[in-house]
Amino acid sequence: MIILEKRANPSQVWAFATPVLAVVLTMIVGGILFAALGKNPFVTIRTIFLDPLFSEFAWFYRPQLMIKGAPLVLIAIGLSFGFRAGVWNIGAEGQYIMGAIFGAAVGLALYPMELRLIFPAMVITGAFGGFLWAMIPGLLRVKFGTNEILVSLMLVYVAEQLLASMALGAMRNPDGMGFPGSRNLAQYASATSWINESAGMHWGVVTAFIAVIFAYVTLARHMFGFQVRLAGQSPRAAAFAGVNPQRLVLICLGVSGALAGMAGLFEVAGPAGQISIDFNVGYGFTAIIVAFLGRLHPVGILLAGGLMALTYIGGEIAQSNLGLPGAAIQLLQGMLLFFLLAVDVLTNYRIRIGGTA
Amino acid sequence: MDLSSINPILLLASLMVAATPILLAAIGELVVERAGVLNLGVEGMMITGAVCGFVVAVGTGSPWLGFGGAAIGGALLALLFGILTQYLLSNQVATGLALTLFGLGLSALIGQGYIGIKAPSFPDWHIPLLGDIPVIGPIVFQHDPMVYVGLILVAAIWWFLNKTQGGLVLRAVGENHDAAHALGYKVIRVRLLAIMFGGACAGLGGAYLSLVRVPQWTEGMTAGAGWIALAIVVFAGWKPWRLLLGAYLFGGVTVLQLNLQAAGLAIPVEYLSMSPYIATIVVLVIMSSGRAPGSLSRIFHASR
Amino acid sequence: MTLLSLQGLTKAYPGVVANDDVSFDIKKGEIHALLGENGAGKSTLVKTIYGLVNPDAGVMWLENNIFAPAEPRAARAAGVAMVFQHFSLFDALNVAENIALGMESPPPLREVAERVRAVSDQYGLPLDPDRTVGDLSAGERQRVEIIRCLLQDPKLLIMDEPTSVLTPQEVDILFQTLRKLSAEGTSILYISHKLEEIRALCERATVLRMGKVVGGCDPRETSARDMAELMVGSALQVPEKPEKPFGDVALTLAKLSAPAPHQFGTALRDISLSVRRGEILGIGGVAGNGQDELVASLSGEMKVAREMVQMGSEPVGHLPPNARRARGLCAAPEERNGHAAAPDMTLIENALLTGNTRKKLSLRGFVKWDSARDFADEVITQFDVRTPGATSTARSLSGGNLQKFVIGREIMQNPDILVINQPTWGVDAAAAAAIRQAILDLAAGGAAVIVISQDLDELMEISDRFAALNEGRLSDPRPARGLTIEEIGLMLGGAHDLEVAHVDA
Repeated sequence: MIILEKRANPSQVWAFATPVLAVVLTMIVGGILFAALGKNPFVTIRTIFLDPLFSEFAWFYRPQLMIKGAPLVLIAIGLSFGFRAGVWNIGAEGQYIMGAIFGAAVGLALYPMELRLIFPAMVITGAFGGFLWAMIPGLLRVKFGTNEILVSLMLVYVAEQLLASMALGAMRNPDGMGFPGSRNLAQYASATSWINESAGMHWGVVTAFIAVIFAYVTLARHMFGFQVRLAGQSPRAAAFAGVNPQRLVLICLGVSGALAGMAGLFEVAGPAGQISIDFNVGYGFTAIIVAFLGRLHPVGILLAGGLMALTYIGGEIAQSNLGLPGAAIQLLQGMLLFFLLAVDVLTNYRIRIGGTA
Repeated sequence: MDLSSINPILLLASLMVAATPILLAAIGELVVERAGVLNLGVEGMMITGAVCGFVVAVGTGSPWLGFGGAAIGGALLALLFGILTQYLLSNQVATGLALTLFGLGLSALIGQGYIGIKAPSFPDWHIPLLGDIPVIGPIVFQHDPMVYVGLILVAAIWWFLNKTQGGLVLRAVGENHDAAHALGYKVIRVRLLAIMFGGACAGLGGAYLSLVRVPQWTEGMTAGAGWIALAIVVFAGWKPWRLLLGAYLFGGVTVLQLNLQAAGLAIPVEYLSMSPYIATIVVLVIMSSGRAPGSLSRIFHASR
Repeated sequence: MTLLSLQGLTKAYPGVVANDDVSFDIKKGEIHALLGENGAGKSTLVKTIYGLVNPDAGVMWLENNIFAPAEPRAARAAGVAMVFQHFSLFDALNVAENIALGMESPPPLREVAERVRAVSDQYGLPLDPDRTVGDLSAGERQRVEIIRCLLQDPKLLIMDEPTSVLTPQEVDILFQTLRKLSAEGTSILYISHKLEEIRALCERATVLRMGKVVGGCDPRETSARDMAELMVGSALQVPEKPEKPFGDVALTLAKLSAPAPHQFGTALRDISLSVRRGEILGIGGVAGNGQDELVASLSGEMKVAREMVQMGSEPVGHLPPNARRARGLCAAPEERNGHAAAPDMTLIENALLTGNTRKKLSLRGFVKWDSARDFADEVITQFDVRTPGATSTARSLSGGNLQKFVIGREIMQNPDILVINQPTWGVDAAAAAAIRQAILDLAAGGAAVIVISQDLDELMEISDRFAALNEGRLSDPRPARGLTIEEIGLMLGGAHDLEVAHVDA
């Protein structure tokens, strides 16, 4: 009989080893899946996990890694605070879209004026848009006790509809000959988020790194970080320690909303270029995987964001070179989170294989 | 705009149809939550049910077998959630989300070759006598069988929870798992069964979308229906009969906005399409009452 | 005639032998006491008899048949019933449903309700089967448990610390019920560490220490002191109480009222009191009569009107916890794990939890981890907390050690006012004595102290004045010295809704 026994102190070794183990298990089971789909599992795994970094075309893929990774890391950093505190913002995708809409609106309204301040203003309004969208579930939870998971999620669908109406209506490019989608912001010098397009550098990458450092310092050294962790582990102890739970809910949702909003703006003013019906590709949801895979730790999130970006790019390569269905990559990502949650038990519990007991 | 093109009898009749997938998924989740487990993976189980049901129905030509396949597919996915949360003690919120992401990917993969195919038809029942009653007949008694399966399930779950020993044990496990364990009830077994039942129901709900309501397979076709089912459970205060009310309210908003779209109302389509989601939020805010089961989403670990 | 015979029961957990070769007999119809400190192995032994724990070695005989219940169901079927220390009840379900859950193949609920009425009449334990359990008082909840057991016609009834939640009058009624059961031939295994109770009730006692049987005695003929020494293994120290005049009024509650914070909470009604520097006010009362709410409104977790709580002459009722700490008010709530301390955090982090304000453990919001560690180490040394070090998590500590840490953490902040709920709940005798001494020393140093406890002996030992909390109301405080147990009972609200058992059956 197998018995789980709670450890007195969480295992430090396993805390680091479990994400690695989860990746390995995902590769194994993913390989079996690819074999079942009629692909060579070794080639496929190599294509997804190694080719973007080490193949002869790696010079092309590496910048892509930053482009895909930046929004994931930025959003996941925001989410990690809430997840630690037991505030479940599942609607980052919606906040991401709203940030893009708000920020892009500033740029589009001022077109074709050239002014240094335009891009900073877009970033701020973008962050504000995401913040505002996240405040809806925040205030509803604080005032009425409404479940923030459901509200933030419903707002994703609302945001998607708003995006569609913007792309097809208010924000449609007047010079676009009737095609849906806004003007291209990436080509508008005062509004672009690119720093160096060929190197994959845009302001979102910079912001993501700053966010990681900021989050690290906050969690490790600041009272706010301590309060977040405390509130997540023992809400009553947090109230006893003087943490105001309502304020904490609003701050956590606000921060994650603002970061997601910024991520949306950087994307729409750079890699995506324009407001279109489907400029968003689910980063807001994938970031949830990134946050957990990184164990809600800033450095972990940075690594996990990189890994997830890798599977996106590797997936695209496998799709075009090997004909691997796109859905298989999505499945692989979901599997990764599953395995992580499964092996996490090793961190907090010891497994005993005993006879009687 | 031509509001006269909206036929109130057809509207009410399609309301019942629109509510059915949500109702099926929600009644399953209600049982799961009454057992003290929060499975946020309803969306993932629904979409998996949708594709499994579709594949089986197309393969066999029988919608009934399709529904059976959908229930099994949903239950198997739920079992995965059950193993993780009950044996490996993972966080239920995170695992539920993982289930949804996983289900979306899995269904897209399974459904690759099935895009654009039509499902075998699933004829409506014209219930003799009752179906001939004017007005009421077409609204209530001329639907496909799954509409009635949904209603019967709600009644059966009400009876099970409130009138049987098994239901009492299930409620006890959800209310205080430590006490139930101390009395010698098998907390994990009860919960696993509830989780699988919830998965089967979500699967049926998904299959209803792909086999009856649409009836086609498209990726991501549940479009948040699973989440709305979760919201309705909260709205219903974990009581089966109120679930019916919530599902019909939602069905009503959905059908109405579709009709208004068809009638060419001067509001852009996008704003009408978002109305069911906004309605869900509004309902959650103003109508949520009732007390959640005491052990909901808490991890159970029988210590010494 | 022997009902249950335990022979050589042994159960080891990693790092600790909970039961070591335990053997003793329980006779038919006898009230048998199982005596021991916290951690002596009583719970494990009882769980073994009830089928929740399988022993590593040893056998049990029930009426000359091998008795090895694999699960509680089997134990119940064999005639063993148990009333738990922490009630195994379901708040949201009603009395009849709760009772049906404890029965094998229960009849329809209507019939259960009728049988509940019948049994409650027979034993003088009034109970309405339709009421929701969450709304019941602690005493009533215990009756649910007892009736649940009685409906099974048990041969052996196990009672785990049953009186800790009862008023003295309720204890009397319980004892009459138990004696009546014993007279009818039911054996009772009575677990407690309250020696006077055992002397009043039990015919035989078995004493456990460190998992081993260290002796047996007839409690009616053994002094409490001798039994205590048997239990602890060494002579006990009684805390010293210095005589000193009191100072100014440090804390005043003026008609403190607050609504119940949640569905099954208690509202506070018109509580007025004042505590002077150097004084210890003991507040007794049965659990669930507003203790948690009173502590919360004092600590600042529950905000009330400004004037309702005053420190010196400053109204602080509206202030949050840390503002009150800054002014010198510290508190230690009852629940250690998850309220007074965060179980998964280290002792350093737990030191920071309340120590930040007074010990200045952060600067402009940035935590000074070195200072926090120093503070934690200080508490560990001063209060003799047994732990590998300050980086251990709170939950890795035993209940007594964590309690010492929590109380020490508050006392080391040198508060002017200290509020403690249940200072020695679940703590072994030596640690309890140390905690009481620390409280007395703090008061001697000029702090005003409020101690809330269900242990009346403890309150009588350390309090200067005594008051009782009953359904959210506080009685007028009276000098503790000279109070009789009957007077205390009346202050606690007495057995207002109880009848004495009909001993005519």
